[in-house]
Amino acid sequence: MDLLRFATAGSVDDGKSTLIGRLLYDSKSIFEDQLLAVEESSRRRGDAVVNLALLTDGLRAEREQGITIDVAYRYFATPRRKFIIADTPGHIQYTRNMVTGASTADLAIILVDARKGVIEQTKRHAFVSNLLRIRHLVLAVNKMDLVDYSEQVFQDIVGSFYDFASRLDDVADITPIPLSALDGDNVVDKSSKMPWFQGPSLLYHLETVYTGGTSNHVDARFPVQWIIRPLSQEHHDFRGYAGRIAGGVFKPGDAITVLPSGFNSRIKKIHLPGGEEIDEAFPPQSVVMTLEDEIDISRGDMLVKSNNPPQSSQDIEAMVCWFSSKPMESRGKYILRHTTKETKAIVQELRYQVDIETLHKKEGVSAMGMNDIGRIAIRTANPVFQDSYRRNRLTGSFILVDPGTHETVAAGMIV
Amino acid sequence: MPHYHLDHLDQLESEAIFILRETAAQFQNPALLFSGGKDSIVMAHLAAKAFWPARIPFPLLHVDTGHNFQETLDYRDAFVEKLGARLVIGSVQESIDSGRVKEEKGPFASRNGLQTVTLLDTIEARKFDACLGGGRRDEEKARAKERFFSHRDEFGQWDPKQQRPELWNLFNGKYHPGEHFRVFPLSNFTEMDVWMYIQREGIELPSLYFSHERDVFFRNGSLLAVSEFIPMLDTEKAERKTVRFRTIGDITCTGAVESPAATLEEVIAEVAAARQTERGTRADDKRSETAMEDRKREGYF
Repeated sequence: MDLLRFATAGSVDDGKSTLIGRLLYDSKSIFEDQLLAVEESSRRRGDAVVNLALLTDGLRAEREQGITIDVAYRYFATPRRKFIIADTPGHIQYTRNMVTGASTADLAIILVDARKGVIEQTKRHAFVSNLLRIRHLVLAVNKMDLVDYSEQVFQDIVGSFYDFASRLDDVADITPIPLSALDGDNVVDKSSKMPWFQGPSLLYHLETVYTGGTSNHVDARFPVQWIIRPLSQEHHDFRGYAGRIAGGVFKPGDAITVLPSGFNSRIKKIHLPGGEEIDEAFPPQSVVMTLEDEIDISRGDMLVKSNNPPQSSQDIEAMVCWFSSKPMESRGKYILRHTTKETKAIVQELRYQVDIETLHKKEGVSAMGMNDIGRIAIRTANPVFQDSYRRNRLTGSFILVDPGTHETVAAGMIV
Repeated sequence: MPHYHLDHLDQLESEAIFILRETAAQFQNPALLFSGGKDSIVMAHLAAKAFWPARIPFPLLHVDTGHNFQETLDYRDAFVEKLGARLVIGSVQESIDSGRVKEEKGPFASRNGLQTVTLLDTIEARKFDACLGGGRRDEEKARAKERFFSHRDEFGQWDPKQQRPELWNLFNGKYHPGEHFRVFPLSNFTEMDVWMYIQREGIELPSLYFSHERDVFFRNGSLLAVSEFIPMLDTEKAERKTVRFRTIGDITCTGAVESPAATLEEVIAEVAAARQTERGTRADDKRSETAMEDRKREGYF
């Protein structure tokens, strides 16, 4: 079965939890005991209706405050596809959680309240999705029941979203859908209340949209994760390089170069986990490779096709989202983790910060705080084998770790 | 389908294998929590594949409440031998005997909560810095917020509000002395995915998962197995029924379901049609609305 990962951003007020509850419920992914538990909690809390948000907001703090704080992952399947939803909070103070959820998604649902139209939050969600290179967007105009299912209201919202989206970069498609999550209109089935709408229901779109995944199939990249040396009688001389293909296609016989050493060799064999031999490997497969020559290779090295290497450099230009309550310091020292490699890093310069309310660039800023997004220059202790994030999400991304607290303090996308 | 395409089970397997290898690479002394339940069996199967042709580079750890189904123990020993793996046992009975924990009393007593102390003691004594668990995000609402690499402080506690963000393929397993990690390679599997994977891989399971006759009794809406470990109330009556188990844990809190499903195909059909979650048969989750979060905060699996 095919797998689609998508992200939803929004707050309880937009009806996000109701929408997800509806998708799960109508696809029969909610079980009776879960529903009973939610009904019981709703009654105990004195909620007027069954609060489907309680299905998704699982933490004590979230239930007490009635908000989504952390990313939650939800699962449902139809006969056509299996879905993983990264359900993320919409408020500005949780931008970092939205970034996290978006990092593995192929598609994002941007939720708009039909009464409010395109507001700053909508633009922020679209901007974050775009920053993380989610190329397929659904503009879900919710609460159509509260605007008399008006085509005019819908068209106005779509128009103002397109105006804004023209400033986004490299979006493959935007699919606007008018719906009412509360009543289920256009969620699973097409609604008879909006005969003017010619498009698909949300679920039909999710089941059929072609995303092609986010993998790069052009530039062969294999970050070495672990060396397998059984030292057993049977596999006495076996020396395998285990890892997950991060880009391109590898075949036995391919000429490869090992970074950073620069040694050349050829691929002898490629095995799937468990040993099965295969004649080509592509992302996101986990494999074990053996080489024709015995060379010194360790975790953090990268095997690439000799005719198409990534840029190997100690300087990185990147967009980052800051996660920590401790602000980013210029000249601050961090640990940078990129693919399976780790190296010390120093922030050289904060080029500019993006005002995520207006999306304007602010120059001459000296620090970034939690949830801020900006462009920085970094210098690393060892070379990093980098592609632009635009070209490859896996070899174009990194995190920064605070060497003192060990917390993950930033996510970076190489420009 | 396009040529360079992986179906969802291949994608989930590849992700789990990546996490298992990452755990071996980032930690000094990991262990794989093995209960004899289907999720931990799948985990051990994946670990064997991940490091082929070498052996699994870490031991399996069974936290033994002493209240087991005999079938689980028989299966465990045979399975461990087949894999050529090392087995480490943390015994709740020993924790009770040494006075580390006090056994609950009465007919509703369970050693489920006591396991946490034994687990944390074993982690400390053996200096494990990462414990691989078979937890899945679809199991329970608190687990839906769990990370692949989940940090535990020096008291073994989980702080759901201070979790490290996890992006892309980048996992941060850095810790201070005394702290450790719980790692969940099956996070993105659903119950159905686990069953389909078991079928695809031809993994053998303990007989408890398939329909059999057993003496059981009703308590709190669950069917519990009659055993020496659970005192029955006067009002409770043992009946012989055709049952199977959807999850397998400590005998005192693992409920059975009435079922004629005797083969893997029949079990999968039953799971597909099920209207109750698999943990719906677990008495340990029914103690309060946030029972799982509360136990996880204390250091539970």
